[in-house]
Amino acid sequence: MSAFLSIAGLHASIDDNGTRKPILNGVDLDVPAGEVHAIMGPNGSGKSTLSYVLAGREDYEVTAGTALFKGEDLLAMEPDARAAAGVFLAFQAPVELPGVNNANFLRTAVNAVRRARGEAEMDSMQFLKAARAQARALSMPEDLLKRNVNVGFSGGEKKRNEVLQMALLGPSLAILDETDSGLDIDALRIVAEGVKALRSPSFSALVITHHQRLLDYLVPDRVHVMARGRILRSGGPELAHQLEAQGYAGFLAEAA
Amino acid sequence: MNVVLAGVAAGSAAGFLRRYEAIRDRLPGDPQPRARAAASLERHGLPQRSAEAWKYTDLRRLWEGRFGEADASFDASALLRRVLDRAGLAFDGEEALPRLVFVDGTLSAGLSRLPQGCDCSGFGGIDVDAPVAHPMMALNAMLARDGAVIRVPAGLDACGLLLVTLGTGTVGAHLHHRVVLEEGARLSLLEVASGEGDYLNEGVFAFEVGRGAHVSHVRLQQDAPGALSFSTVRAHLAERSAYDGFNLALGAALARHEVHATLAGPNAIVHVNGAQLLADSQVADLTSVIAHDAPGCNSRQTVKNVLTGRARGVFQGRIVVARVAQKTDGYQMNQALLLSEQAEIDTKPELEIYADDVKCSHGATAGALDEEQLFYMRSRGVPLVEARAILVRAFLDDALALVEDETARAVLDRAVAAWWEGRSA
Ligand SMILES: Nc1ncnc2c1ncn2[C@@H]1O[C@H](COP(=O)(O)OP(=O)(O)OP(=O)(O)O)[C@@H](O)[C@H]1O
Ligand SMILES: [Mg+2]
Repeated sequence: MSAFLSIAGLHASIDDNGTRKPILNGVDLDVPAGEVHAIMGPNGSGKSTLSYVLAGREDYEVTAGTALFKGEDLLAMEPDARAAAGVFLAFQAPVELPGVNNANFLRTAVNAVRRARGEAEMDSMQFLKAARAQARALSMPEDLLKRNVNVGFSGGEKKRNEVLQMALLGPSLAILDETDSGLDIDALRIVAEGVKALRSPSFSALVITHHQRLLDYLVPDRVHVMARGRILRSGGPELAHQLEAQGYAGFLAEAA
Repeated sequence: MNVVLAGVAAGSAAGFLRRYEAIRDRLPGDPQPRARAAASLERHGLPQRSAEAWKYTDLRRLWEGRFGEADASFDASALLRRVLDRAGLAFDGEEALPRLVFVDGTLSAGLSRLPQGCDCSGFGGIDVDAPVAHPMMALNAMLARDGAVIRVPAGLDACGLLLVTLGTGTVGAHLHHRVVLEEGARLSLLEVASGEGDYLNEGVFAFEVGRGAHVSHVRLQQDAPGALSFSTVRAHLAERSAYDGFNLALGAALARHEVHATLAGPNAIVHVNGAQLLADSQVADLTSVIAHDAPGCNSRQTVKNVLTGRARGVFQGRIVVARVAQKTDGYQMNQALLLSEQAEIDTKPELEIYADDVKCSHGATAGALDEEQLFYMRSRGVPLVEARAILVRAFLDDALALVEDETARAVLDRAVAAWWEGRSA
């Protein structure tokens, strides 16, 4: 069976002041349809890099390996085409867009994706209704829709805004890069609910996190440990508990 | 004996001087200031780039003096209709603004719709004491044969007035406008400069802003790609008065908008804001000289440049704060978005401060579109072209937002959107 998301032997590097610095050193990872997988790992191990490469950020050079999404070569697609195909990345550090109204931007994004998927565009009334309802569900103050994208948002507000975008774009693969960091306890639950609401046999999530708490809510099907640009170990949800109790030292020593 | 003056090119004004000789007997008003202007141009010529004030803007294209007379039989109504249509303004009917329309340097009474309330008497000539040391003011004083003369009586809000200047062919148009606002008067002037051909559109504005009066002067410079476009504004501001200027430069091969403002009474305000959106090998220059001659005055400049191709934007901003001008507040910011490797921005701020209790700041930035922002938008499904358009519009936002007059702002918004569509098509 060809997996929903299938990553094999993925190597990627970045140009670091003229020298090529390898960051991903052979990532192998399969996420079947309908599953939630977690990635944990020490700081700097390459988790965000993996998420950027999957979303199509151009400054990372893929030097070897493949990433197939629903059987298609994800790495050959433009970032906006990946979004249209159903990939959504919630950024670890959401980007501020001064001068760009949040609601307008969201509508532009939603309609661009709908257009690319051959669906009818939403008019501003329809859109505002949908956006307001989602914002309420995420307990997001409505004025965040009227402000510029992420500008002056608190850390937690930025993360909620990412989840709002995800909910409105309706992806089939959500990559959440530390979306739980910086969230208060209520927000954490709300974000988890946001992901759960999308759960279906045709939706998968890749959840990058440092904390057990989000996983308590989401209950991942698989947990992967990433270090030095590779997946070192994969297991069930119990692996996360083991990490929480023991830290990474044992895994790293074992793999060295 | 030949006197060689630094920064000027002898003989470079010859074409214009010949034209003056040919038409001088037919020019309206006092011949005195015109003769003085001619003498000054004869002696100094037009400036070269070695002249400090013209360091970044090369006037050689003007030296040829190839510009000629207008064809009086030309019917500009179709052209006007197109220009207004493009600006999103009504040509006729209830919604059409009062307007003064100048075609090739002369008022077209047929195309104008005179405003009520303010006095728009005919052009009477050049002031006896018109300054002629400045090359553009000299050219203008020598050759202008028409212009708007607007007087808004004390306390009256004259609302909106549209001023359209249309150029055609290779005509050299020189317009001399005088706008007087009496105490407490208000006027919102929207100027649209446009046309077809390789013409010269040169205009001088003299604003006299009385105590507590307020004038907004929003320009859409959309001159033809082959045109040369110069506008020189002199504004004299009395106590608590305000000149609120915005210049959107989109057109012409070579353009310069120059503002000389004198804050003569306490607590007056001047804004010299603008945006220059340039492509290909266009050059546009926004130059300002702001004299703080009274205490408690406020000057503000927010200028944005979006440059592609081999285009060049110039911003020169000079602020002179006299010894008496305590509590002066001066702000100047010039920012450039460079969308190509060859685009260039030249910025020259100059602060001359003789008072001790003042707040003056200036800043400049230049950069490309932010890759991280582009990626963020694209990762949400927004195609690259659209993402770039959104970021360009966002870059211009805090400048365009300064235009308070809603009609004027809508005209500028529309022009900016059309400009971008024309680029990315
Ligand atoms: N643009 C860059 N230039 C230089 N080094 C980079 C760049 N991007 C990432 N790296 C390096 O690559 C490594 C992996 O970074 P990455 O952000 O993927 O780690 P991470 O696993 O997400 O860490 P964290 O848990 O702290 O978020 C780090 O050592 C980082 O410094
Ligand atoms: Mg990270």
